Amino acid sequence: MSAPTLDRPAAPDEAALQAQFDATIAADHRIEPRDWMPEAYRSGLVRQIAQHAHSEIIGMQPEGDWLLAAPSLRRKAILLAKVQDEAGHGMYLYSAAETLGADRADLTDKLIERKQKYSSIFNYPTLTYADVGVIGWLVDGAAICNQVPLCRSSYGPYARAMIRVCKEESFHQRQGYELLMTMMRGTDAQRAMVQDAVDRWWAPSLMMFGPPDDDSPNSAQSMKWGVKRHSNDELRQRFVDMTVPQAEVLGVTLPDPELALDPATGRYRFGAIDWTEFKQVIAGKGPCNDERIARRRAARDDNAWVTEAATAYAGKHSR
Amino acid sequence: MSDVTAEGGHGAVPTGPEIPVEPKASTARRDWPLYEVFVRGKRGLNHVHVGSLHAPDDEMAVHAARDLYTRRNEGVSIWVVRAADITASSPDEKDPMFAPSGDKVYRHPTFYEIPDDVPHM
Amino acid sequence: MHEETVYEALDHAHGGEGQWAFGTGFDEPLAGVDTTVPAGIDPADLGAYCLMLGDDALVLCQRLTQWVTAAPELEEEVALANCGLDLLGQARLLLARAGSVGVLGRSRALATDSIPDEDALAYFRDADEFRNSLLVEAPNGDFGQTVVRLLVASTWRLALFARLRGSRDPVLAAIAAKGVPELTYHRDHAARWVLRLGDGTPESHRRTQAGVDAVWPLLADLFTATDVETRLTAAGVAVDPADVRDEVRDVLTTVLERATLTVPGWPEEQPSRGRAGRHGPELTALLADLQGLAREHPAATW
Repeated sequence: MSAPTLDRPAAPDEAALQAQFDATIAADHRIEPRDWMPEAYRSGLVRQIAQHAHSEIIGMQPEGDWLLAAPSLRRKAILLAKVQDEAGHGMYLYSAAETLGADRADLTDKLIERKQKYSSIFNYPTLTYADVGVIGWLVDGAAICNQVPLCRSSYGPYARAMIRVCKEESFHQRQGYELLMTMMRGTDAQRAMVQDAVDRWWAPSLMMFGPPDDDSPNSAQSMKWGVKRHSNDELRQRFVDMTVPQAEVLGVTLPDPELALDPATGRYRFGAIDWTEFKQVIAGKGPCNDERIARRRAARDDNAWVTEAATAYAGKHSR
Repeated sequence: MSDVTAEGGHGAVPTGPEIPVEPKASTARRDWPLYEVFVRGKRGLNHVHVGSLHAPDDEMAVHAARDLYTRRNEGVSIWVVRAADITASSPDEKDPMFAPSGDKVYRHPTFYEIPDDVPHM
Repeated sequence: MHEETVYEALDHAHGGEGQWAFGTGFDEPLAGVDTTVPAGIDPADLGAYCLMLGDDALVLCQRLTQWVTAAPELEEEVALANCGLDLLGQARLLLARAGSVGVLGRSRALATDSIPDEDALAYFRDADEFRNSLLVEAPNGDFGQTVVRLLVASTWRLALFARLRGSRDPVLAAIAAKGVPELTYHRDHAARWVLRLGDGTPESHRRTQAGVDAVWPLLADLFTATDVETRLTAAGVAVDPADVRDEVRDVLTTVLERATLTVPGWPEEQPSRGRAGRHGPELTALLADLQGLAREHPAATW
């Protein structure tokens, strides 16, 4: 059966498509999956969303290590719900990446083969239960600073996934802070645990915002495309300004002797960040890098027979 | 410092060289189709697209959707449909099919100027 | 948009119900419930019975939690964590009920006053004071064995809870009513997997049959009433586990046969070892993980 050939408008050329894309970005409208987009925009987004998803999935492990040992049933329920949320967040993000033509199994393989990265913050160990609280307060707090602007990312599916993630993250930060408040009202040993955890996580949390703006070559294009909305230093400063008063209420000391309010600006000055140790972690020499990847590899390989079985069953019993 | 970037929600992702790749394990998971998920938030509302997931078959897809997308009681009803079974309007979101309605402003209630003192409008 | 208040903006955009951000409530389990024991019921028996059911849930939750970060697919991480959270909720209610009628064993002597009964019971009893069945304390094995055990445990518990909704103890009846839909979901989830694994590939069939064969002998620990259960059944509070045997056997047989698996012979039933506090070394190891931190800081609240 063939319909009569109708005159159709000629396919727009690449320059016109690029102009349309640029106009959409300039108008602060969202790019949707089947729109034309520059290849660099697409591949950059896949990389960013995939490593964000990987970070959620790997990020289950540091806190997950305390699931069996949570010191009260209420804390166990909270932590289990939180770690479960992180799996969910990873799945929302993999979904967003798949709208760009990526495949989740393929992205997982790339994570396990270390071809794609995840946030280095999750290569630090959780030494005491106070770490669970500090991760909620500082690490999730820093993540929220990064993620809230991503709710306005120019790519629609990413922005929508982030809205969902941000709503759920608000409980994560609050549960962390509440745990720390409870511990600070507890025994001397508990208070010492909290201060120790703050001492260990403060600098890595600041480093989560990435290198200083004058040393951040990737940022400019991301900002232009509306994938990234604020500079690294801007977000870091915002995080410090939010966190210092929270530390005072909590009664802990942030480990930075130069931390002080600048009366002229109303913002907090803080000391230079020592990147040396962090770079070791980044280089794969962190305390937990191998362990984190090994766990994901085992989950995939040891259970491959389960996945295959479900596929085979679906083949036998298909509609 | 170019060995770290702040992309993504948790920032500080290394950008260093790739580490050598080991042989791939089984990827049967690739055979699990992609499902799009639609949730009715409460009675009286439409089902709304909320995301997607992978499942081996329709039944497992509905249940995975329940676990993933309604963990906080966000839904009273779920639809799942294989992404491959969806027929879309065109390869482009901006399409001749929708352009003609863009100028039919008279379809929209705000087109009609009604004095403020007319009740119940 | 003011990003400092973005959550409020988001909340507003979604109807202001706040259920995403705040929907995971963790209130005191029995707050507001009249915990008076009805006339004619021995509180010591009621508490002992609640420990049996509560310990089953707590120990199985701990086993399911071991799958988190290790499950076959992310979808399954979320599903098993859901089951674990449901069971944890049931455990908290049941342990709190035991505490409310004064059944606390040696735990209160060890735990600081400021921690709730549920935690005193969960963290400050030794293995010989736990009353869970041997079914739930057995190690997970592979994913096949895990879902077979979940099928057996949730089928048994659902049959019991469905009947306990009519318990003369209003608290127990309320806990059972809350648990029935949860357990129905667990049973369905496990059954879906047993079908797929049993009737999947030759390897999955072999593994799952091995799981069935490993789990089956543990059924022997489930169906013989203890003295406590016998007395409470007569008082209209508990359910004699023998009364759910046929239903459990029918459900399990149906699922296994549809999954093309061989149903082993019914094991010879015996008085429950688990309910008598006679546990294997696996429970001791499980409790070491569960209790280690809390016991290191006996004066702490969390």
